[in-house]
Parts: sequence; C-alpha cells; structure tokens
Amino acid sequence: MEPTNTLFMAKAVIILVVFAITLGVAAYSTYFERKIAAFMQDRVGPDRAGPFGILQPLADAVKMFMKEDFIPSHANKWLFIMGPCLSMLTALMTSAVIPFGDTVTVAGVTFDLQGIDVNIGILWVFGIVSLGVYGILIGGWASNNKYALLGGIRAASQNISYELAMGLSIIAILMFSGSLSTKTIVEAQQNGHWNIFYQPLGFIIFIVCAFAECNRTPFDLPECETELIGGYHTEYSSMKLGFYLFAEYINMFISGAVMATLFFGGYDYPGYEFVANKLGETPAAFIGAGALIGKALFFVFVFMWVRWTLPRFRYDQLMNLGWTGLIPLSIYNVLVTGIGILSGQPIIAGIAGFVLLILGLIIYDQLTVKKKIA
Amino acid sequence: MKLTNRTKVLEQGEMTLAERLYFPAIVGGMATTLKHFFQKPVTIKYPEQQRYLGPIYRGHHILKRDENGAERCTACGLCAVACPAEAISMVAGERKAGEENMYREEKYAQVYEINMLRCIFCGLCEEACPKQAIYLRHDKIVPAFLERDEVIYGKDKLVEKMDQRYLRDGWK
Repeated sequence: MEPTNTLFMAKAVIILVVFAITLGVAAYSTYFERKIAAFMQDRVGPDRAGPFGILQPLADAVKMFMKEDFIPSHANKWLFIMGPCLSMLTALMTSAVIPFGDTVTVAGVTFDLQGIDVNIGILWVFGIVSLGVYGILIGGWASNNKYALLGGIRAASQNISYELAMGLSIIAILMFSGSLSTKTIVEAQQNGHWNIFYQPLGFIIFIVCAFAECNRTPFDLPECETELIGGYHTEYSSMKLGFYLFAEYINMFISGAVMATLFFGGYDYPGYEFVANKLGETPAAFIGAGALIGKALFFVFVFMWVRWTLPRFRYDQLMNLGWTGLIPLSIYNVLVTGIGILSGQPIIAGIAGFVLLILGLIIYDQLTVKKKIA
Repeated sequence: MKLTNRTKVLEQGEMTLAERLYFPAIVGGMATTLKHFFQKPVTIKYPEQQRYLGPIYRGHHILKRDENGAERCTACGLCAVACPAEAISMVAGERKAGEENMYREEKYAQVYEINMLRCIFCGLCEEACPKQAIYLRHDKIVPAFLERDEVIYGKDKLVEKMDQRYLRDGWK
C-alpha cells in the first residue's frame, strides 16, 4: 500500500475514534449531569436502568426517538430542520484540530493522534464556534415563536460579546507560542511548562467565556425557563430537541479539550519521560491521549459543578460582565504578557501583574465607593 | 409615629470590593456543593427500603386475640359508632357451647368488615374499644388495591394470626 494511502486510512480511523469518543462522552454526560446534580443535592439520581442506572442514556435515546416529531405549521420547515443539524455539525467539527496525542507508530505507519494539523488551528476552533450560534439562531427564528426568537437573539448577542474576551485571552497564549497551530501550542508546553502557570488570569477569562459560549449556567439565558418557556428550543420535540441538547454536551467536552490543550499542556502529563523510556514512545503517546481526555472530562465535571452551584445571571449583568469586566481584563492580560515576554521573566511578570491589578482595584475601591454603614 | 422600640432601620450601603468581585462567593458556594457531593444521600429507596414510622403510626387494622387465642371482640359496635367515616360494619352472633377457646365472651362478631376506601386511619375505633380488641398496627400499612372487590376487609384479613402476633412496646 502506498504511504499516503495508509496515512489517509490512519487519519480516517483517528477521526472515527474521536467521533465515537465525543458522542459517547456526550451521551454519558447526560447521565453524569443528573448523577452529579443528585449527589450535590444529597440524592441518589437515576438508578433504575441497569446497575447504578448506567443504561439511562439508552433509555433516554429510546424516549427521544419514540416521541412525536412535531413541526409547527407556521414554522419555516427547512430552516426548522436545519437548526439542530447545524448545531450538531458545528459541535462535532471542532474536535478535528485538537491534538489528542503525540506521534505514534502503529503497524509501521507514523502519524499524529490528531484529525488535521493546520497552521490556523485555533482560528478554526473560533470560526466553527462562531458558526455554532447559527444553529441556535436559525432554530429560534424558524420556530416562528416569540419566545424561541428571544432565546435565539439572546444566544447570538451573548456569544458575540463573549467571543471578544475569549479571543483576547487567547492572544496572550499566542504571544508565547508564536503560532496558531494547536500542535505547536501543546509542544511549547511539554515537560510541565503548562500555560496555566504563566496565564492564570487568561485561564479565568477563558473559562468564564467558555461557560457563556456553551450556554451553560450561570449564562444559560437563551434557554431560561422562567422567562422564555424553553428558550430557542421551545417548539422542538423528539430527536431534534435531542440534537440540541446533545450539541450542548459535545460543546462542553470539546471546550474542555480546548482548555486542556491551551492551558493544561494538552497530552502532557507528569512522568512522560519515564513512561516513554520504560514502554516506548507509542504507548506513552496513547497514555497522553488518555490524559487529555481525562483533563477534558475534569472540565466537564467543573461545568456541571458550577451549574449546580450558581444561579443564573440577569441579562444586563451578563452583558455588563462581558463588556466592562472581561474585555478590559483580557486587554490588561495581553499587556502584562507582553511586558513579561520583553523582560524575559514571564512568571514574575504574571504574578506582579496580578498583584498590581488587585492593588489597583483596592485603591480604586477606597477612593470611589461609599462604605457600608456599620 | 413610632409605635414600638422594636423597629430597626436597615441601611444597605454599597457592596464591598470582595462582594462585587463575585469570586469569594463563587468559591465558597462551590466548596459547599463539593462538600455535599461527598455526603451520603438521604434518599430512602421506598419499595425496597422502608423507614421505621414510629411506635404510634396508625396503619393496618388488627382484631386482637387474647393470650389463649380467643377473639377479644364482643361486637358491641362502639367502634362503628365512633368511626367518623362510617367504615366499620359488623354482625353479632352468640357463642355456642364448645367455642369458648375461640371467643372470649358470650357474644362475638360473626362478620366484621372495614371499608378501606372509607377509612381515614384516625384511630378513633382503637380509642373507643372497651375490650382492647381493635388496634391500628404501627408496623404495617394497608397495601394499595387495584380492584373494587379488594376494598372491603373482612375477618380473614383483620383477625390476628397466632403464629405472628402483633406486639407493641410495653405489651406482654
């Protein structure tokens, strides 16, 4: 077989495996969401379908497929069908550029555990995530229902607002790596030089924006039941609704993987050298892929943990936080990172910048804000 | 005009910096939820697991026998009179010779029926009974019924079985 052909086959297998892992994780996220919610409220959660309820996602899928698939007569039929399809498509496309592992050699073929290593990697993620809002917006608009439309509008404006701060927080990372390729970013973080140590502020900004981009609590205003019935999916039923919910869980997993890639060293893990010496490069790389998935799953847990802790924001609070809080903060972060790179002491500059920010806030607070009357 | 001295004027100033930053509150809240995450669930999985309902719970009715196995009920009808839901009905009979080990007194209930759809488990029959014959068990509930003809409980379901006697704390 020609080398290019085997490489193509290897990539196809990787894409299939990534696809399967993503879908499996998303299916089981629905189960773990309910379990974690239950544990945090001192309950048991679903435990009837199979041992510990592990067959619950199957039962849910059967339920979703069996329900009536209703399309309202006043809805725009093709756009109504396109909405969930687009959501699902964009959610699944993002994982293509995530480097799941280092170079491996299987059956004489050497390849990277990554769908595609493009030099615009992180831009690809951003492009697809921006497209993702169309799924929600089209679904909300095509329903021809004012609640759905309001949900769609909220999703669009929220995603646009938070994409700015998210992009700015990534610029600081790009200044370190000097490349947009996710592979290069991960390689720059090997051996414990994880970006989280250089960019704690950037990470906080990024994770807050990730919550907003995934429409998760405390920023789940597009599907806010108390105000909008069901939000953008008010008119959806059956598996179309299922696709919307599924896309949300896929987005959570992928954004966890992106966070691990950008801030937590990707497939790097402590003791990589030791394992590589003992077992060889290929098993070490596969363990690295496991480490990346583990990190992503940890972030999925954080997403759920936050969901069952924090109440929902009000819409003006959401916009206020995005535009007057996170965007200036991320610009400040870029500035501090630039000074750190120029002075050659990125960690010290980062800590100094953080201390300076807190000091500045305290001084500003002392000067301007009236104190509480004791 | 001030009516009492108990009024307290609350004045809320601006929030402090720590409050406006949200972060301390978010971290505190997440610590709380994580603490609960590792706590034991309080759920009782009902049909499999049952909770002790207490010594005075009013459940399934029982017509007691005395220590020799003779029925205590004399069909005086006070329980039926006391019953606010009119759930109890009975037919009295006279004890024949040779039945002394079956019924304690000369008069007994030939038929004793409780309509479980009417019963409100108030326990007034238990209070009215002068012979300590009827009790509401604390350890057993009346099961759900699916058919109309299961609703009226006769003596076959109500009279105490000698091999599984019902005892409460303090009884012999």
